[in-house]
Amino acid sequence: MDVAIIGLGMHPFGRTDGVSGLEQGAYAARKALEDAGVDWSDMQFAYGGSAAAGNADALVSKLGLTGLQFINVANGCATGGSALQSAYMAIQSGMFDIGMAVGFDKHPRGAFTVDPEASGLGKWYGDIGMALTPQFFGMKIQRYMHEFGISEDALVRVAVKNYRNGVLNPNAWRKKAFSYEDVATSDMVADPLRKYMFCSPAEGGCAMILCRADKARQYTSKPVFLKAVSVKTRNFGSFEVFTQAQALNRADAPTMKASKAAFEFAGIGPEDIDVAQLQDTESGAEIMHMAENGFCKDGEQEKWLREGYTEINGKLPVNTDGGCLANGEPIGASGLRQVHEIALQLRGDAGARQVPNQPKTGYTHVYGAPGLSGVTILSR
Amino acid sequence: MAINVANSEPIAEGLFTWPSNDPRLLGSKCNNCGVVVFPAQSSCPACSSTSTETIELERKGKLWTYTIQCFLPNRPPYEGPETPATFKPFGVGYVELPDQTRVEARIKTNDVSKLKIGMDMELVVEKFMERNGKDVVAFFFQPADELN
Ligand SMILES: [Zn+2]
Repeated sequence: MDVAIIGLGMHPFGRTDGVSGLEQGAYAARKALEDAGVDWSDMQFAYGGSAAAGNADALVSKLGLTGLQFINVANGCATGGSALQSAYMAIQSGMFDIGMAVGFDKHPRGAFTVDPEASGLGKWYGDIGMALTPQFFGMKIQRYMHEFGISEDALVRVAVKNYRNGVLNPNAWRKKAFSYEDVATSDMVADPLRKYMFCSPAEGGCAMILCRADKARQYTSKPVFLKAVSVKTRNFGSFEVFTQAQALNRADAPTMKASKAAFEFAGIGPEDIDVAQLQDTESGAEIMHMAENGFCKDGEQEKWLREGYTEINGKLPVNTDGGCLANGEPIGASGLRQVHEIALQLRGDAGARQVPNQPKTGYTHVYGAPGLSGVTILSR
Repeated sequence: MAINVANSEPIAEGLFTWPSNDPRLLGSKCNNCGVVVFPAQSSCPACSSTSTETIELERKGKLWTYTIQCFLPNRPPYEGPETPATFKPFGVGYVELPDQTRVEARIKTNDVSKLKIGMDMELVVEKFMERNGKDVVAFFFQPADELN
């Protein structure tokens, strides 16, 4: 059974004082229902996630107590992607015809706080000052730059591009373009990564309605089809966040495995993708994820960025909505935002940031602690 | 910082030999596949075996990657003694111990700007903070050329 996305809804990302995370989720859900032309009572199931704004299934108190199957999803930064994958399986299995994937969040200001013991680490790891995700991002890209000749210039270019794209996105948090110099001279956070190369925790909500592909045209003239969905976790030997000791033999990153599995399932390759969303928790992540997802070889990113290949009018536009850098990261909603953007692009509804030449096939990739990746391939 | 060994305790039990004049990190080696991990654990993350033995790790290795932590970490969980006024950026990195594993550790150095991938590093165990009137000692790696 193929699966289609027939409705998209979003509550703007960023900071919305006075509106709870749950209310932002309900807003996004109503928008998605309206977009598909269906009612909440038509939903046979929902999968939802929120990391810091309560249980997602509390949404039923806002949207209506209809008795549907509602399952809460918690999977770190990949929560949204995992909710979508669950919804996909619910329809693909033949169990349900139509349902919703939804996510929302509202994080306190400042860096994410980490409880080392909840991640299976000793308390000492936090005591001594190593339970900080920016350190991992800094160390991973530092090694990558050393091995493959990536320069600081590439890190700056990613950030400048994503903020520039965010200006064109009415739902983005940061609608301010930063100059090359702004980014390159911003405060150092975790060498070689600077302040404006990092995304921040934020707020927002995102929802989508999925149904059996053979029924999609009853609801919309512009369905977007999920051609593949894949979630993978780390193997022994991949370099992941909060690893107290790494194996000497490197294993493929979870992103490489999720990407390969998705391309194989969809029966296409990276060269067939017209527009992509790649997890850009910080600039270095987008660079490494370009290669881990198979779009270029390690080291080619330098050229890709200099030549503008990943700009909106380039050969593979990446993070056309501004990515995590311009939207911030409300964990429950972030992975769904990526799919929302690709679906808009394939429908031709992306407004000022629309990729030219009617893109046909798109790709999303989310990465989260402690080392998992979710990939989707979409087409119209 | 000089340590009063008698009035000291390790930041956590089982991470390194203590008290000792020549402290070593304690890892474990899998009796099935030979993989070495740190800290020591009773099962193997590579092959799922539940037969492992605790071993002392090498003291010397090479810096495989690093970063510089440029802001004072949040408390909790951070327990370091600095204040916003006294905080100085510190290094964190992975040190590759020959034929064993790459251990993540704080780096002790006089000059973070001199850190470089591939440089020789050595284990040092030093006072990190005070807790309940005792010196709490932790492990660090330091550039070898600062020690010799
Ligand atoms: Zn083993």
